[in-house]
Amino acid sequence: MTQAVSQHRASPRWTDYLPLSRGAWRNTAFVTAGVPVHAVALSMVVASWTVMGDIESVGEVLISLGISLLLPLVLLKPLTAVQRSRFWGLLGVDLPAPPSVGRDVRAFLRSPATWRQVAYHALVGPVLVLGGLLVIVMWAAGFGLALLYAYGWALPLHSPLAMPGQYRLYTNLTLSGVLILLVTPAVATLVTRLDARAARALLGPSRAEELERQVEDLAEKRAGVVDAADAERRRIERDLHDGVQQRLVSLAMNLGLARETLTGVPDDAMQVITEAHTEAKEALTELRNVVRGLHPAVLDDRGLDAALSGIAARAPLPVKLRVDVPVRPAPTVEAVAYFVASEALTNVTKHARASHVEMALARQGDILRMTITDDGIGGADPAGGTGINGLRQRIASVDGTFRITSPAGGPTVITVELPCAL
Amino acid sequence: MRIVIAEDSVLLRAGLIKLLETSGFEVADASGDADGLLAAVEKHRPDAVITDVRMPPGYSDEGVRAALVIRRQWPDVAVLLLSQYVEERYAADLLAANTSGIGYLLKDRVADVSSFLDSLRRVASGGTALDPEVVAQLLVRRQNDPLEGLTPRERDVLALMAEGRSNSGIAEALVVSESAVAKHINNIFAKLGLVGGASADHRRVLAVLRFLEGGS
Repeated sequence: MTQAVSQHRASPRWTDYLPLSRGAWRNTAFVTAGVPVHAVALSMVVASWTVMGDIESVGEVLISLGISLLLPLVLLKPLTAVQRSRFWGLLGVDLPAPPSVGRDVRAFLRSPATWRQVAYHALVGPVLVLGGLLVIVMWAAGFGLALLYAYGWALPLHSPLAMPGQYRLYTNLTLSGVLILLVTPAVATLVTRLDARAARALLGPSRAEELERQVEDLAEKRAGVVDAADAERRRIERDLHDGVQQRLVSLAMNLGLARETLTGVPDDAMQVITEAHTEAKEALTELRNVVRGLHPAVLDDRGLDAALSGIAARAPLPVKLRVDVPVRPAPTVEAVAYFVASEALTNVTKHARASHVEMALARQGDILRMTITDDGIGGADPAGGTGINGLRQRIASVDGTFRITSPAGGPTVITVELPCAL
Repeated sequence: MRIVIAEDSVLLRAGLIKLLETSGFEVADASGDADGLLAAVEKHRPDAVITDVRMPPGYSDEGVRAALVIRRQWPDVAVLLLSQYVEERYAADLLAANTSGIGYLLKDRVADVSSFLDSLRRVASGGTALDPEVVAQLLVRRQNDPLEGLTPRERDVLALMAEGRSNSGIAEALVVSESAVAKHINNIFAKLGLVGGASADHRRVLAVLRFLEGGS
């Protein structure tokens, strides 16, 4: 978001080229502030050569070269930080931070980002110092010349500008001053653009690094969303269990008690009680099914083996279950595996006309592998069906893979692989 | 018959007490956690205990652990567990030593007042009461063992035996005659190698045990 906004603010506008416009002053301030900063960086590169005076031997050259390189490297972080805050404070451009390599010196030296930053400070810096100085000189000269008439009379006689009587020259000088004032904003803007372009290319992450960071960022966010949805399902399950279910059990029990023990109740009243009792029990059954579809407590408490043997037992056809998951995967992954098994069994029951299902789960390293085989009629369309699409989406949400083979005549085999940790 | 109850939901606890007292049981004590349950059992020595599985402080298997302690220390106290869901391992743990006087039902079954009370009486008098869902889950695991030889109908009969039903109860559930049930049971005994010697009751227990242990 910040980036989009700053891009907008940094994009050059034609008004920036107008003399005395806001943009012109902003760019001038930016370029001027850049001069000392770039100069500091530059001084580090040249420091050794000047301090050591006459450099004659090869050794001295190497030492000087080494210091030229070493100083900017040591001070790279603060230098870049100052430049970034100059861009943000004066130009409103938020340069993305270069990728951090931590305290590992070798990684720091190997990182292309390091050398891009050195290039900015040591190679582009001098050009920008010159540009900044040029802008300052141009402003000074422009004002100095353009206002010549205003103070010319006050100049001492030996001043080079004090040329009494030469009105033609005065006029020319004034006009050239005005001209310089007209051109200076454009120069400031050009230097600014050059600086901004160089900084974006060299100070921030490269395109590849940027994309990599964005992918990491998105993956992290998605994992967060998936986890949050899962936690929400769990919370709803707990709430239903602690509240509604207890109340319903109690209600059904009371109605059952009334049905068993009340005597002398008119037949129609007893019929109402009986119906209420039956409905309360049905509501309980429905509630259990809802909870099972959400996120059954047994999954959290006891893991996939117990939860899956539950759905296998309730399936209307024989299900052979093999679970070999010695170390439990992340809760979200367990939830996905449970959902897949439960959906797949529902699909088989509804469409496959199978007589037998085999469900096998095994953890292989960091992969949870699940195969569901039925001996039904096959012909399941891998592309179609909301059931299969729902499966695919839920599996994709944890970067899992999904494969279904279902030739006409069967058998149908679903293979799912899920990463155990997110 | 004296009962001790452990159930953390106040609503359900009150409901259970009312249900039991109305139905002629005596509720000696009722607590909301496993420690309270063990103290009450020690103090009152009830005929049977009804306990929730998930209770404070951990809300995991406190009830099962308390039940195992009760089985060990006071073997003549029957235990009926009520659970939100079926965990066959709990059932296996409980039935490992002794299948008499044990019940494991889904909590929802309390709503079926008369059949719940039947289960309680059966457990209190030394029988077993396993929830049909427990039995179904146990069946999922048992597919490569002597039980393989059983026909689907014989499996049904065995499952109902494991639930603790009598022959007439099985006949009623499967809508067949009692003599048909007896025939199935004899076939089961034969296929499981339980012939001769032992009494029918004992063979019945052995068959159920074979059924519960098979494969695991």
